Amino acid sequence: MPSSPSSPEPTLSAFRHRQSAHCESGVISSLLHHEGIPVSEAMVFGLSASLSFAYIPLVKINQLPLIAYRMVPRFILKGMKRQLRLPLRFETFRSSADGRRRLDELLDQGRPVGLQSSVFFLPYFPVNMRFHFNAHNLIAYGREGNEYLISDPVFNAPTRCALADLQRARFVRGALAPKGLLYYFDGPLPKVDHVPLLRGAIRKNCFLMLHVPLPYVGCSGIRLLARRVLKLPAKKDLEFTQRFVGHIVRMQEEIGTGGAGFRFLYAAFLQEAAVLLQNPRLQELSLELTAIGDEWREFALHAARMNKGRAELDLPLLHGLLMDLADKETTLYKKLRRAV
Amino acid sequence: MRPDEVPEQSAPLLEGQRKAVYVVDKDGHYLIAQSGGTEAEVTVTEEAVAWFAKLAEDARQRARRGETSPLEYHMFRLRMDVPTLAQATGLWRWRVRRHLTAKGFARLSPKLRERYADALGLSSAQLQSLE
Repeated sequence: MPSSPSSPEPTLSAFRHRQSAHCESGVISSLLHHEGIPVSEAMVFGLSASLSFAYIPLVKINQLPLIAYRMVPRFILKGMKRQLRLPLRFETFRSSADGRRRLDELLDQGRPVGLQSSVFFLPYFPVNMRFHFNAHNLIAYGREGNEYLISDPVFNAPTRCALADLQRARFVRGALAPKGLLYYFDGPLPKVDHVPLLRGAIRKNCFLMLHVPLPYVGCSGIRLLARRVLKLPAKKDLEFTQRFVGHIVRMQEEIGTGGAGFRFLYAAFLQEAAVLLQNPRLQELSLELTAIGDEWREFALHAARMNKGRAELDLPLLHGLLMDLADKETTLYKKLRRAV
Repeated sequence: MRPDEVPEQSAPLLEGQRKAVYVVDKDGHYLIAQSGGTEAEVTVTEEAVAWFAKLAEDARQRARRGETSPLEYHMFRLRMDVPTLAQATGLWRWRVRRHLTAKGFARLSPKLRERYADALGLSSAQLQSLE
């Protein structure tokens, strides 16, 4: 059973940057570490039961359907708040001036603050990684003159961001508009004992993947996507077909997922859970999920080459891989459900 | 994924950054490795960037000939499309579509022009140019 370190860090101690695969889980894990609660990113991801799959044809991004390998934005934050009874406080703002004032106030109290922002307007992002995605998460942990000290969990090192740029990124309009959302721990943190929560979290995730009665979500969502892939207009509109195929891969690999659309991240969680619960079966299933993740990566490689035109478009191949993945994932979650 | 399957060299696309990925070492333990970008992710990102670049270049050519507005060029250059731009400005899509034409753009009030410039992170003057 993990225990908090015996010498609790003073709250004003220097903030330590930690790199993670995914922004939201990384932010909350870093904030917890700062409070002396060493909960890893993988543990955060698993505890909040955030692994998922969703293919929603009605919601379009640049003419392409929404495909996600995890639950909706803020699911992790809200899940952690509820599970661990954290005094995590969320604030949004009508006016950007108010949002700035509040952020400065909190930073001057020496608290690291979690922020939601657009990716596109953050100047420290490599130009070719900037797209209009508004639910990115990062931490501000101080300010100097007209610059904020930023710990963005998807990058190797902490960085800085000019006030005007951060303001723009926090107050963009559009889908998933952040409205200047910031969050921080308001008050002392309770003693965290997450081990008894693991079983419920794993069961919940199995339920989400297996039994949500919607064709778009979970393993049935993978099958729906597989059938859609087979029906893509390869002859009529080659460009669209190639973009569609590439889009699946982007959602799986490019958008910070830790590889294979969060499958590796969840497998890492299962491994941690196996130790904490002293359940060797979870270790086996973790390796099984890793193998499934490797198959997702193989799918991604095929799809990426077809996207670029480096390999001949072979939709039945992609369909077959997706169907196989759906079957394997179904079996895995059923076993996982029985193991806890 | 094994540690040796992770590319160490940062892809040009990532400008020296490396991303955290989860890998399994030979004893079956998970660890975090730093990835310079795998072939799959680099390829699809480049393609997505290229798609916008192509649309932007096409719009620029047409805007030069007066067949469309500089707004269309900037929209694609800044990786937006009509639905995203409409959401970012809070305007109806049909209005945005009208403002994208050369004629519609010429008739824009300074206030609306400001709104577009703001959503795209440009100044009003930049919005009118084809830079």
